[in-house]
Amino acid sequence: MTIKETLKLNRTFEFVIIAIMLILATYFLIPLYLMIVNSLKPLSEIRGGNMLALPIEASLDHWKTAWSSAQIGVQPIGLRPYFINSIKMVIPSVIISTVMGSFSGFVLAKWRFKGDEILFGLILFGCFIPFQIVLIPTAKVLGTLHLAGSVQGLILVHSVYGLGFTTLFFRNAYKTIPSEMIQAAQIDGASFMYIFNRIILPLSTPVFVVSIIWQTTNIWNDFLFGASFGGAASQPLTVALNNLVSSSTGVKEYNVHFAGALLAALPTLIIYFVSGKYFVRGLTSGSVKG
Amino acid sequence: MIAIRKWKITKDDLVARTVLFPTVALTMVFVYAFIIFTIYISFTNSKLMPSFGWVGLQNYIKLFKLDHWHIALKNMLIFSILYIGLSTIFGLLMAILIDLNKFSETFFRPIYLYPMAISFIVTGTAWKWFLDPGIGIERIMQQWGFTSFHFTWIKDSEFAIYTIVIAAIWQVSGYIMVIFLAGLRAIPHETIESAVVDGASVFTLYTKIVIPQLSAAFLSVFVILGHMAIKSYDLVVALTSGGPGRATELPSTFMYSYTFTRNQMGIGAASAVFMLAIFGIIIIPYLRHQIKADVE
Amino acid sequence: MKKSLVIMLVLVLVTSFSLYAGGKTEEAAMEVDNSVEVLHWWTSGGEAAALNVLKEDLEAKGIEWIDSPLAGGGGEQAMTVLRTRATANDAPAAAQMLGFDIIDWAELGFLANLNDVAEKENWDAVIPDALKKFSKYNGVWIAAPVNVHSTNWVWANKKICDELGIATPITSWVDYITALDKVQASGRIALAHGGQAWQDATIFDGVVIAAGGPEFYKASMIDLDPTALGSDTMLKAFGMMTQLRGYLDPNFSGRDWNLASAMVIEGQAAFQMMGDWAKGEFLNAGQVPGTDFVAFRTPGTQGTVTFNADQFVMFKVDESKRAAQEMLASAILSPSFQVAFNTVKGSVPARTDVSDAEFTIIGKAGMKELAEANKNGTLFGSMAHGHAAPAAVKNAVMDVVTSHFNGQYGDAEAVEKLVQAVANAQ
Repeated sequence: MTIKETLKLNRTFEFVIIAIMLILATYFLIPLYLMIVNSLKPLSEIRGGNMLALPIEASLDHWKTAWSSAQIGVQPIGLRPYFINSIKMVIPSVIISTVMGSFSGFVLAKWRFKGDEILFGLILFGCFIPFQIVLIPTAKVLGTLHLAGSVQGLILVHSVYGLGFTTLFFRNAYKTIPSEMIQAAQIDGASFMYIFNRIILPLSTPVFVVSIIWQTTNIWNDFLFGASFGGAASQPLTVALNNLVSSSTGVKEYNVHFAGALLAALPTLIIYFVSGKYFVRGLTSGSVKG
Repeated sequence: MIAIRKWKITKDDLVARTVLFPTVALTMVFVYAFIIFTIYISFTNSKLMPSFGWVGLQNYIKLFKLDHWHIALKNMLIFSILYIGLSTIFGLLMAILIDLNKFSETFFRPIYLYPMAISFIVTGTAWKWFLDPGIGIERIMQQWGFTSFHFTWIKDSEFAIYTIVIAAIWQVSGYIMVIFLAGLRAIPHETIESAVVDGASVFTLYTKIVIPQLSAAFLSVFVILGHMAIKSYDLVVALTSGGPGRATELPSTFMYSYTFTRNQMGIGAASAVFMLAIFGIIIIPYLRHQIKADVE
Repeated sequence: MKKSLVIMLVLVLVTSFSLYAGGKTEEAAMEVDNSVEVLHWWTSGGEAAALNVLKEDLEAKGIEWIDSPLAGGGGEQAMTVLRTRATANDAPAAAQMLGFDIIDWAELGFLANLNDVAEKENWDAVIPDALKKFSKYNGVWIAAPVNVHSTNWVWANKKICDELGIATPITSWVDYITALDKVQASGRIALAHGGQAWQDATIFDGVVIAAGGPEFYKASMIDLDPTALGSDTMLKAFGMMTQLRGYLDPNFSGRDWNLASAMVIEGQAAFQMMGDWAKGEFLNAGQVPGTDFVAFRTPGTQGTVTFNADQFVMFKVDESKRAAQEMLASAILSPSFQVAFNTVKGSVPARTDVSDAEFTIIGKAGMKELAEANKNGTLFGSMAHGHAAPAAVKNAVMDVVTSHFNGQYGDAEAVEKLVQAVANAQ
């Protein structure tokens, strides 16, 4: 049974709902539509015509240019090499922050000790720190660790600043697991790791999905840290994209810019489209039960 | 709960503390030590780089003399109220609609959700075009024959901040919808059924029965929107770069420009400290209340 | 399930080990390092290609070029990154920089000493004094200038001018206003402009000189004399800004400068007030100087040049990298690169002894005017581009100029705010 069935809504009402949803969908799709259409047009058409009009001479050339031959810095190499940099950075950071979040979330949800609430509050408040103010001190720490300008440095920074959110997700999800289950296991003499491994992890798939999606999108789209702590060989995709689109002087090739922008957004878009269902399921399974 | 009070620390407690330790230690260093550092810098004469000449409250005094900062604060107020308020309303509305119409979920959910997947470095240009009267919506409407249609907010010092709200809501409300949707799905169905049997109207059903049960979802929503409101930097830079004039400056752009482009790091730090303090005052009681409520 | 935990632990261990190992490798190499890392914001199109000339030149000499491009906000992003890099003890060998920022870095002791190369190649004799003010600090060479741009230019659509009987170049403010009126009366946009703070300030550079002459520019913008800043002449300058404001189209704010140039190129607008980098935009659109478009100094500023110069600032590096760094500095100032780069970029060479044979008419005129202004003492740093005053003051001035230009302050109020803002920023 759903709310809808209970309410026994009539046809007109249902039609109104669909109409509202379609109007909202238009609002949501306009920017995407605009980018796709204009990435296929030649520059002259973009300058002269209606920006919502379909291309007269559609071509995928600008996509190819953005991918492999656009000028990024002194070399015409396109965005391709930076994709690899981003992947090298995103995968380890997502794994580290998610694993650490699941441990600390579990402990904060199910272990009682003095100051546990305050600790959770402190970790949560960390989500709100504006990243602009941590740039200089973080640089100092990375310099001391000899990690400046390296992928490893970026991984460290992204893992750390993701902890607040991953801890929140896991702690909230684990709150919904009945404590009796854990107590029973404890009485049977199960150790911490055994409980985590055998009882908690099998129930965690949905919240892992939520955490991984959230972290992947945030880290993939991050610009500030990538620009500040990435070296010549580890600059992520967003930095390259920024270099492509925000050159100060010279002709702006909007079609190439849009094509590049869409390319850069593809991985996260695919994740959202493919796993959206699991995402909602993961949140439903408990991570919003504050 | 494992709140069986124990007199001695068991091996498991030790393990629990050990796995929690890295998270706590890293948070202490990368969040709190850095906040303390920033507070310290706000009392120094730091310019291009941190330096340690103590100047007392001078940076704070200078900060509040700047017209610019007052504009940023005012914008922050307008922006966060509208952004948090409207995104919550939109998100909740969309969640209710989708929940009422499940077969359309697979179609509409990804459409509402996708903006969250893309950064504003990407969509900023598209929004800027769309809102620009010369090439965007105004011109298109006029080409379609609505010659009296005008939409020049982005060019208007008074209204430009609202265009930022429009784009910001666009980005986040799908995500908010998902959180509420999850919340709606978790409500025990009996309560709804009995209300319907009692003859509650659709409106009362939602306002009296359903929404009050979403308080947990509201916590997540508030945390996510709050953190995005305070960090909304890319958005302003992509859409207006703080213009026209300085009309759409926000504390985040202010902080960045004083710290990194104006070589007045002391003032930048002072503005950051002030923002953190304001934010702390608003959010800490809320977090405390929620965490407490949760434990009971 | 046990497996998954083991895998997780292994992953964490592996990553933390790689974190550790990654830190190690950097210390390893201690022999001569023939690479230079260059941080810059010339990331696309012509200027990036121009910089590639330098890269290839160095590679021919066996020096590896490590490219660290970072575009955005006319170098704002790059400057942020430079701070984090320097804090982390990981500064690049060279970084592109403008004006007073260089001095600020030098004061903090981050910069290398280039005196050996400079003496050998006699930089002192060939680089204008106005540039040396930024390339040298306490008698030590710290930077290699690449180019000189000048900001007080007006770009005009020749066809519109001819059609309306406007004679170019226009040399007085009165004639300029008359011309703008004529264009406006013809139904076209008189002045194409992008409402971004730096563009408003670029116009202001020229307007201050037109209002009070070079001495007034020096007193107010460079010496920051409060009486000059609060004077009636400054009121006049703001009045002239208000005048110009009346000739813009309603959609000007937020527009990129190159789109404003495009308006002139396409004949929608007659004039644009912009630095000489606009030339590239005209040439790229296939416009011929003299027949399709003309450029002249902001009316009322003839003989005075407000400049900004890109320089590559050299940071202190390991002894092993010194040789490569010096070769980079020497290559930047080599006449062949100066010509190759500046013909593409639209600027003029940073050294005065370079032949103008390969430059366009506008380039030749620019070089001549620069040399003359340098001789007559009328070559001034541009306020809008950080060559007249340090960043804090520059931005404070820009705040007032842009707020006034967008109608938030009246003329008299703007003068008052300017005096206050400059005082506060110092």
